[in-house]
Amino acid sequence: MIDPGQLPILIVIIPLFGAFAVSLAGCCLSKRWCLPLTVLALAGSGWAALATLNQVIARGPLNYRLGGWPPPMGIEYVVDHLNGLVLVVITVVALLAAVASKRSVEAEMPNRINLYYPLYLLLVTGLLGMTITGDAFNLYVLLEISALTTYALIAVGRVRALHAGFNYLILGTIGASLYLLGVGHLYIMTGSLNMADLAVILPDLYNSPAVLTGFILILVGIWTKMAFFPLHTWLPNSYTYAPDATSCLIAPLMTKVSVYIMLRMMFSLFTPAYVFHHLEVAAPIVWLAAAAIVGGSLLALTQKDFKKMLTYLIVAEVGYMVGGAWLANRYGITGAILHILNDALMTLCLFLAAAAIIYKVGGRKLADLKGIFHRMPLTMAAFMVGALSMIGVPPTAGFFSKWYLILGGIQAGRWEFVAALLFSSLVNAVIFFRIVEIGFFEKPESGEVAEAPLSMLVPLLLVAVSLVVIGIYSGEIVTTIIQHAVPEGI
Amino acid sequence: MEFLLSKYNYWLYTLIMMIGLYGMLAKNNLVKKIISMGIFQTGIIVFYVSIGAKSGGTIPIIEHGQGAAHGIINPANYVNPLPHVLMLTAIVVSVGTLGVALALALRLYTEYNTLHEDEIIERINQGEGGSDD
Repeated sequence: MIDPGQLPILIVIIPLFGAFAVSLAGCCLSKRWCLPLTVLALAGSGWAALATLNQVIARGPLNYRLGGWPPPMGIEYVVDHLNGLVLVVITVVALLAAVASKRSVEAEMPNRINLYYPLYLLLVTGLLGMTITGDAFNLYVLLEISALTTYALIAVGRVRALHAGFNYLILGTIGASLYLLGVGHLYIMTGSLNMADLAVILPDLYNSPAVLTGFILILVGIWTKMAFFPLHTWLPNSYTYAPDATSCLIAPLMTKVSVYIMLRMMFSLFTPAYVFHHLEVAAPIVWLAAAAIVGGSLLALTQKDFKKMLTYLIVAEVGYMVGGAWLANRYGITGAILHILNDALMTLCLFLAAAAIIYKVGGRKLADLKGIFHRMPLTMAAFMVGALSMIGVPPTAGFFSKWYLILGGIQAGRWEFVAALLFSSLVNAVIFFRIVEIGFFEKPESGEVAEAPLSMLVPLLLVAVSLVVIGIYSGEIVTTIIQHAVPEGI
Repeated sequence: MEFLLSKYNYWLYTLIMMIGLYGMLAKNNLVKKIISMGIFQTGIIVFYVSIGAKSGGTIPIIEHGQGAAHGIINPANYVNPLPHVLMLTAIVVSVGTLGVALALALRLYTEYNTLHEDEIIERINQGEGGSDD
């Protein structure tokens, strides 16, 4: 039996070595081994993440010292309620997306399967490492690992993805470099890179302009990475033209992990008192978040390509989470954290359905969806669950996080944010009703049922069911996990 | 003037970074963008390397360190090696980024026969080279 003290490192190590194993299997054995090994590695990592979360719930935060070096000299992994939850979300989403990717990867890049899956696992490794690490510089390295693999995974697909991927590379590098620069500023002032150590040293330096500059640089760097309006310009094209299997992985995860990093920086590196009261930036940021929600929703409404429409919805969703975090009250932050979980799953649901539709229909235009409800009834049923969750209809998960965010907005008296949330629900309803109109009422060109292959359908239906289940149990999730993740003193 | 001179390393790195940032965002040629990205990242590396420096400090290697040096070591005599080591990692990352960027630029060139971004965008809008979407 594995020593439970070793669980945190297993979460990251299994996909890392999995990537090498898949690479070896792809060139020495056969390409058929790539996907099963990938799924196996992700399942192992997911098991470790779940076991770790269980331990955290039972016994409180865990620390793991890499190589036994004590912090702040060595790098440590820290798992608390917040990142324990995010780790489980990452592994579950990556696992389901990997299972569903089988057919679309075979169809889109039959010769590159043995190159695709190692990159896939390295991307997951990077995301897990960013989430679990307790060291600010280590976070930068893993941020770049996940970014580099993402550029490759995007550009490996359609020709059109090349230019989008290149733009993403330029802006992503700017974002990551700004983060690095911010960490440098904090290092000058404190001489430390360990987050827990920084949190102890920084409060004495809160009046220093260098610390302020560091914080702002880190924030802007992360916002670029998470496509926070108006830094979102790289996202829609690169997510639209990426291979469908890649979109299913990165659309749910990249922005959500960046939101987690922002929360970690705001509340673990700095304190709520500094972030909300010492700096008077919360009000403009909530305005920006409201602009992100309205802008993202409106841009989504104008799209004729439904995959691109979904990518603009991500831009709006980022606004939900950033706004919630900066409302500076318990409801808002609870909503933001709950929304990381819910949004990852509903985005996955919509993108898996989109991948299945594109695989069967071959087009990505809204006009290609004629009669889709008759042709792919199960896929569209799952798609509608995701859509209802996006709109925020109970009992789907999306309703509950939106409810917390609205309560937070009302409590903070930030009516522009509340109005933006309600507006976005309305626009989402219009967007998805339009799909119902085209897909249900317009006559299909061919009437026969042609459902997506099982490897796509099973993960999709699982996610759709989980959206309802998580919605019903969201009260339990908040009391057992999220309320411990909200920082003290709010 | 005193303010400018005493903090000259910060002014220098800011200047280098801004040159790189300008090039990354404003240049039209993909290779120039990539070169600017290198300049931008170098600016940050210079920043980190300069914060480890100390006036009169020497390389942080303790002579006969293993058990032989019983004297007290004064850290003020040595430059801080940690930022330099961090930058080894950052250099590796920037080499990786450079590699991916060049690979993408090469693929773009073979698809569109140009490295000028506005021409690429024009061809994308005309539907050339994007036949598969």
